[in-house]
Amino acid sequence: MQASPCLSRPSFRLSAIATALALAAGVSTSALAADNGKYRIGIVTFLSGAAAGPFGVPAANAAKLAVEALNAGKLPAPYGKKGINGIEIETVIIDEAGGATKQTEEFRNLVQRQKVDAVIGYISSGDCIAIAPAVEELGVPTIFFDCGTSKVFETVKNPKFLFRTGLDAVVDNVAAARYIAETRPNVKTVASIQQNYAWGQDSWNDFNLALKQIKPETKVVSEQWPKLGQGQYGAEISAISVSNPDLIHSSFWGGDMEALMLQGGARGLFDKSVAVLTAGETGIEHFKANVPNGTVLGGRGPFGVFAPKNALNDWFRPAFTAQFKEPPTYPAYKMVQAILGLKAAAEKTAKVGAMPTAENIVQGLAGLTFEAPSGTVHMSRSKGHQAVQSVSFGEYQFDAKTGKASVTKVKTYAGECLMPPDGSNPADWIKAGFPGAKCS
Amino acid sequence: MSIRNFFTSRTEPALLLAAVVFAGGAWLMPAWLAFLLTLALAKALVVLGVVIQMRAGLVSFGQALFFCIGGYGVGLAAQYLGIGDAFALLALGTVAAILLALACGWLLTRYREIFYAMLTLALSMILYGVLVKSSALGSTDGFNVVPPSFLGWVPEGDARKRTMYLLTVLVAAVAAIGFHRFMISSLGRVTEAVRENEIRVDFLGISPQAVLFVNYVVAAGVSALGGGLTALASGHIDPDMAIWTTSGEFVFIAILGGTGHVAAPFIGAIVFSVIRTFAIQEAPHFWQMTLGVVLLALILFLPKGLWSLVARRSKKEAAA
Repeated sequence: MQASPCLSRPSFRLSAIATALALAAGVSTSALAADNGKYRIGIVTFLSGAAAGPFGVPAANAAKLAVEALNAGKLPAPYGKKGINGIEIETVIIDEAGGATKQTEEFRNLVQRQKVDAVIGYISSGDCIAIAPAVEELGVPTIFFDCGTSKVFETVKNPKFLFRTGLDAVVDNVAAARYIAETRPNVKTVASIQQNYAWGQDSWNDFNLALKQIKPETKVVSEQWPKLGQGQYGAEISAISVSNPDLIHSSFWGGDMEALMLQGGARGLFDKSVAVLTAGETGIEHFKANVPNGTVLGGRGPFGVFAPKNALNDWFRPAFTAQFKEPPTYPAYKMVQAILGLKAAAEKTAKVGAMPTAENIVQGLAGLTFEAPSGTVHMSRSKGHQAVQSVSFGEYQFDAKTGKASVTKVKTYAGECLMPPDGSNPADWIKAGFPGAKCS
Repeated sequence: MSIRNFFTSRTEPALLLAAVVFAGGAWLMPAWLAFLLTLALAKALVVLGVVIQMRAGLVSFGQALFFCIGGYGVGLAAQYLGIGDAFALLALGTVAAILLALACGWLLTRYREIFYAMLTLALSMILYGVLVKSSALGSTDGFNVVPPSFLGWVPEGDARKRTMYLLTVLVAAVAAIGFHRFMISSLGRVTEAVRENEIRVDFLGISPQAVLFVNYVVAAGVSALGGGLTALASGHIDPDMAIWTTSGEFVFIAILGGTGHVAAPFIGAIVFSVIRTFAIQEAPHFWQMTLGVVLLALILFLPKGLWSLVARRSKKEAAA
């Protein structure tokens, strides 16, 4: 046993050195960061792990593109002013990988050590739920740009600093149910395949309730729950094939979603059944002829291929495609949307040419209506902190001659038609028959 | 009785002094550093559990099981039983982990080497699987833990995080001194004998299984304490607490710090957290690689962990 008495002092010395080093490093970086006269935005998205490829990296690329263009003053109106309110933007990018506990730690480091003026980020719902209380505690304007959980504003009931410029997953699935009811009136049987974690469980729950409400005669014939990132879906595909459903609903995303479509297509799963993929839009450039025409795709809002024609989209889509050799998918659109929301808020309330304060952002963004490449965004739910937008679904169409993929038969549903009123539980709202929904 | 006799060695006053310095730093250091140290010290408690098993020759690849039980014990009791006191919550989480360890210990202590590692891993992954699949417990999203009260006192604003930090320092100091005594007690020393030659221990009339069992239960308790503190400090629990990469991180820190002394896991956990946060800041795209290279270098040049720096130095001092 090594625990001789003389070991004690050095042990203390070493821990003191470590602490001193950390202090010194921290103090020097934060001093450097705080007073360079630039507006600092912390950007948090997945740069590693399974969600990096389909979501995190396109979002980070979009942030880079948008910030560079804003600093050069190259954006079309109404965003022609340089940077944010004339002040140059600087980004601090952080990897979202590693779990919610680590993210709460890194969020505090962003705010307290790196002294960012605002934070835009978070794709994982678990991270959003964990960080929401810290946002209000630390009082730094924070925009969740992508996460789809409906629990964000249940966790923080009176948000001041917390905003979400994207939609939640309830909306996607209500829209998907409406789309199916309108375009596939003959659907009688439904099968489900979801990744077995919160996103998949919530998505299926919402879709199933909504479809039962709109088309009470439908029957669920199979539910498959492979685990996240499983990659091989042979057993699940067989089980679904045997149950012979008219419709297959899946909230799969990214690589899992593309793997399911490839493997299912090869086994003829989609010969008799049509698939509806609520997060299918990210795969549109990779599907080619492997995914049958007529597969129903959603893009979590009016993003990516569903984005409307406007001046901002005419700038964003070609610029992104030219720089990153791939058209922007929905996470890229949502990132730009969050950045533009922040800019619009600052320029609405801050004095011309002055550094926007947290108070400026918070007052400006609550209840704001602003323009984005996806159209007009209304911050009109959860006391003006949650965005309302339309959601589009459409059918995949691949032209073998030109090698180009597109969506056809697109239907767009207004936010007022899909979102429960403030304060009501989404599941109860669906079960009650969507009271207060305004559908045209 | 003089103070000198009261302490078993000079390690204990040194640990107390370190705790006082850490506690005093609460008013001097920036808030982010206090938060980082809170999580690092809580993590160190789990690593302490790994280390005492390593001293008995057993590598637990599932210590996250008790880390998670401690965290969920705190979170569930706060959510469903309405308990708000930090001490009561920590005690509940720890008791839950000890009960589970009493049940699992009988099975696990019959196994050694890779079989022990795999079985501990399997148990923690079972908990992970159950949590992920149960929507009622929040599935992968987990849920938030409301800020606790401290013996009836509910701090607000800056005081809340500072109190949490001070509580963690206090618990860590008590655990460190307790485990120091455990490690130099006859029971603690027998665990090393079990590692060296189990049959001989048996022939001396001591049951190796009983020794390992007590060791396992003690390790579970301290790990749950670490999990409970993490849940209270970060305000969130999720199934990732039980996944094998979390266990792997604990084993890694144990190797990084070394197993030679009770202070080693604490030094290891603090150094690991500091390296990680600056790697994330300076190299957002390559932070895992940066972390890996730094840690690989440490292991190559300091095979007995960071503690060997201290041990080597004191040997030199003794020789001089």
